[in-house]
Amino acid sequence: MHNNTNAPAPGLTIGVTGLNAHDNPGPGIAVIRSLKDAYGESVKIIGLAYESLEPGIYMDGMVDKTYQIPYPSAGSAALLERLESIHEKEQLDLIIPNFDSELYNFIRIAGHLAGIGIKTFLPTHAQLAARDKINLGNFGSKHNFKVPEFSLLNNINDISNAAEQLNYPLVIKGRFYEAQIVNNTEAAKKVFYELSAKWGLPVIAQEYIPGTEINVAGLGDGSGKAISVVPMRKLYITDKGKAWAGITIEDTELVQLGQQFCSALHWKGGFELELMKDSAGNLYLLEVNPRFPAWVYLTAAAGQNQPAALVKMALGEQVEPHTQYTTGKMFIRYSWDEIVDISKFQQFSAFGELSNKNE
Amino acid sequence: MKIKSNIAISETGFIFNPATGDSFSANAMAAGMLAAIKKGDTAEQVKQEILQKYDVKPETLEHDWEDLLLQLKAANLLDA
Repeated sequence: MHNNTNAPAPGLTIGVTGLNAHDNPGPGIAVIRSLKDAYGESVKIIGLAYESLEPGIYMDGMVDKTYQIPYPSAGSAALLERLESIHEKEQLDLIIPNFDSELYNFIRIAGHLAGIGIKTFLPTHAQLAARDKINLGNFGSKHNFKVPEFSLLNNINDISNAAEQLNYPLVIKGRFYEAQIVNNTEAAKKVFYELSAKWGLPVIAQEYIPGTEINVAGLGDGSGKAISVVPMRKLYITDKGKAWAGITIEDTELVQLGQQFCSALHWKGGFELELMKDSAGNLYLLEVNPRFPAWVYLTAAAGQNQPAALVKMALGEQVEPHTQYTTGKMFIRYSWDEIVDISKFQQFSAFGELSNKNE
Repeated sequence: MKIKSNIAISETGFIFNPATGDSFSANAMAAGMLAAIKKGDTAEQVKQEILQKYDVKPETLEHDWEDLLLQLKAANLLDA
């Protein structure tokens, strides 16, 4: 299916990160799939991967060529240097970063990238910080979002204070990713150590709100307008809390929340609101992810292709806000064993690049 | 009793609430009753039709009707 309404110029080369299509997937493959819906085969996809076992590297129907890029901890200078070298070979038109943890660096070098002809469509550092987990309470009170109570854990002793304030069960969340529900101090300590080792400090303890999990995928134009807002109810949730199946739902309150978010921060780029609806119908904002969700292809399937709209705006086109989407459109994720010859793995591991096309 | 206007009921008895994403399966009898209610028949009209069509005692129908009502309420398919 090609959604070619207002089809963009052909022949684009777009760099995409987040090729880790595993059980806690990055959004890269869903973004690429959305772009292919809009552009067909005229778009060249350059994968940007951190690790040689990111499945997207080897998916030749999705990614034309993949380059390894340095981890965010290496800093923005290392990232820029690598991207400049990739750009010399590929003449990238645009990069769509899809990881929370890499956004800081990408925003930092966005000006340099623009200078060499690579467009991005990203929020500012201030916007990024405003929706950060550790600032979500302030964000909620300032902009009228209901946010669960939370407490920051900078060391193991902070757990008892948090538990006293919020009571068990608690949701213990990593600085960037992952969350677990815990019912006692021992479990909280274990998760604290796990998540702080993985994602750094602070770890966040959040009040547990029982209810229905709903996510909203959105795209802001940077002027306060929401170009697209699509709400999805999770139908099947993995042990990592990820939606393995979901369905678009009709709820003007949810659409308004997405619009309210864009208006509050003048958000530029993709985003995801993670919400919990309690039995009284109250909507709690649990988290704001500063990029497209891994289920973003559902937005394309429901009639609002958010990655394609982002590309158009990044290229300077005017995009009017979408007003309609199909409700009752479902996604059901599945796993797939991609068979890969060792030579491809070796090629990427040794040289940091792999083409899926005959060159 | 009024079923929410946005609720979709298929001929096969599949019920979908687009506001919540919930879906349900109704048996042929319940699906027929829901379709009649959705098109505007009153509860009394629906019950009368069932009594004429099927060999069922009024008190049994009344009991099953109340049961259906409770299920529809619990499933959030009725207008408040």
